[in-house]
Amino acid sequence: MFATAIIVFREVLEASIIIGILAAATRNIPGSKRWLTAGLLAGLVGSGVVAASTDAIGSLANGIGQEIFNAIVLGIAVLMLAWHNIWVSSHGAVLAANAKLVGRNIRDGNSECSVLLVIVGLAVLREGSETVLFLYGIAASGDGGQSSMMLGGMVGMLLGIAVGYTLYAGLLRVPMRWFFAATGVLVLLLAAGMASQAAHFLIQADLLPSLAAPLWDTSAVLPESSLPGMLLHSLIGYDSRPAGMQIVFYLTALIAIYTGMKLVARPRQATIRK
Amino acid sequence: MKRLLLITLLLPLAAHASDTDYKLVINDHRFQTAELTIPSGTKIKLLIENQDATPEEFDSHPLNREKAIAGHSTATIYIGPLTPGRYSFTGEFHEATAQGVIVAE
Repeated sequence: MFATAIIVFREVLEASIIIGILAAATRNIPGSKRWLTAGLLAGLVGSGVVAASTDAIGSLANGIGQEIFNAIVLGIAVLMLAWHNIWVSSHGAVLAANAKLVGRNIRDGNSECSVLLVIVGLAVLREGSETVLFLYGIAASGDGGQSSMMLGGMVGMLLGIAVGYTLYAGLLRVPMRWFFAATGVLVLLLAAGMASQAAHFLIQADLLPSLAAPLWDTSAVLPESSLPGMLLHSLIGYDSRPAGMQIVFYLTALIAIYTGMKLVARPRQATIRK
Repeated sequence: MKRLLLITLLLPLAAHASDTDYKLVINDHRFQTAELTIPSGTKIKLLIENQDATPEEFDSHPLNREKAIAGHSTATIYIGPLTPGRYSFTGEFHEATAQGVIVAE
């Protein structure tokens, strides 16, 4: 039961953290909660479909279909998170003033919400499909002890959700003048971590060279199987033995998104100053 | 003729370049080869055949690899080049029994 709880916790954690951060970051956008919920439901349905198609996806592209699928899902999520962060940067003043979005901004708010739906849907889809696969295996194995394992699964899931919720509640307590900076940094690191994971899958599929593998090894100090390791993995993409190519992807995403945020933020500040 | 000779000369090289395949079999939630020896310093292609009806996830932090494998199917994974040493792996869904290690020499 304990082992089951840990596995499910690990899978749920990442999606839960992403949802927690985004729910906080978009709290001033009307209807954002509805879109997040829709994304969550779409992701859950998608998880079932992906889990049921594991064999079919896996056998695509000479056996590397699963890696390509994961890399595409992660790649889209990185682009959407980038879009989100850049959008917030360009509307920061309005959002920070706690004002309702008006006119043109409502339309912008709607496209931002569909981006939310996609990010949450993809996050749930990716992590959820592995959970579904795992729980299906337990249910199908028929060698007793299923109810205790299912209970473990439930415990793991609730703990994972609790972490995401704690993060959300904690972020809401951040004073407004630091709030967008805080959520912006969190989203930025999430996106960079996902870019690194995408590289990890492309290396595993032999579509990208690893460069140095591993570039460093901190598994003795901070193993990924430990709780802090798991949290850092989900939050900032921590990897105890990353390949050089993962770091290239990480830094590229980080710098590109940060530059985008600065570029759209500057002209607005200039007009305010006038 | 000269070109043909050149191609013939290159053939052994081409054969060398295609990586050797290594295979692990999962049966009854155990890796049938619990210790697999591979050469260090070169990339290898690892096939993992899951003979069980239930899905499994090949997982190894030391190798930085993870892959879900459906029941009754075979997964492909690329590993290395590794420095000599021992790299443990597990079947994450049945960690109590599915344990193994890759030895790079």
